[in-house]
Amino acid sequence: MKIPILRLKDILLTSIQVDLTDEEALEFQSDVLTIINNTEAKGIVIDITALDVVDSYMARLLNETASMVQILGSEVVICGMQPSVALTLVEMGRELIGVKTALNLDQGFEMVQHLIDERGS
Amino acid sequence: MEKVTGAIKGQYDVVKARQEAREMARNLGFGSADQTRLATAVSELTRNVIQHASNGMYIISDNSDQQLIAIQAVVEDNGPGIPDIEKALEYGYTTKRGLGAGLPGTKRLVNNFEIESRPGYTKVTISIAKKRRYMR
Repeated sequence: MKIPILRLKDILLTSIQVDLTDEEALEFQSDVLTIINNTEAKGIVIDITALDVVDSYMARLLNETASMVQILGSEVVICGMQPSVALTLVEMGRELIGVKTALNLDQGFEMVQHLIDERGS
Repeated sequence: MEKVTGAIKGQYDVVKARQEAREMARNLGFGSADQTRLATAVSELTRNVIQHASNGMYIISDNSDQQLIAIQAVVEDNGPGIPDIEKALEYGYTTKRGLGAGLPGTKRLVNNFEIESRPGYTKVTISIAKKRRYMR
């Protein structure tokens, strides 16, 4: 199951719409990095509205993906986390999410734009 | 009494088990927070089987009685066992490439958590419960 990653000017947009196996999640991570590298995108917004479980593996993978994107020289924002997912992650342990997050795609887009501007100056 | 069981052999079984857990929680009237807690806990436990024991099985059952609505999930395997359970339940302790949040995190999500392990057999039993509301 390939997750589409769309390009809108300098920014990539992607939305995880299916329940991923660990391997599919890893594949998604490597796709994100490859496409950022190929398109020289300045930022990416990852929408997780449809993810109803983010366990410690997925949390770690999202964290790592964010770090990797930043090391490459791009910016990342995760948006649309379900309230019950946020609740579960915090109950499991606060360290699980260290990524920049936004309430929805609209705010995620604005935030990534802001991060790009900051990096540029 | 509703009950689902399944083998844990591959990554896809982790996805299947957590979806079945959520579905049962939803059907029994648990709210979305409890549905997510249970699904996440089942996901952690079944993944542990794949990572440490390669295969095992899960049983998710409706354990409700007159006072409580309850779901129990049992995850067992014939892997090497957990040498030091106390250590495995410490936050941040990991033997594989994990966050070390799996078992202790799972424990925090559920109302009841029991673990039994010896070389060749590990069984983790968890449950979530809520008081029944009677119609007047």
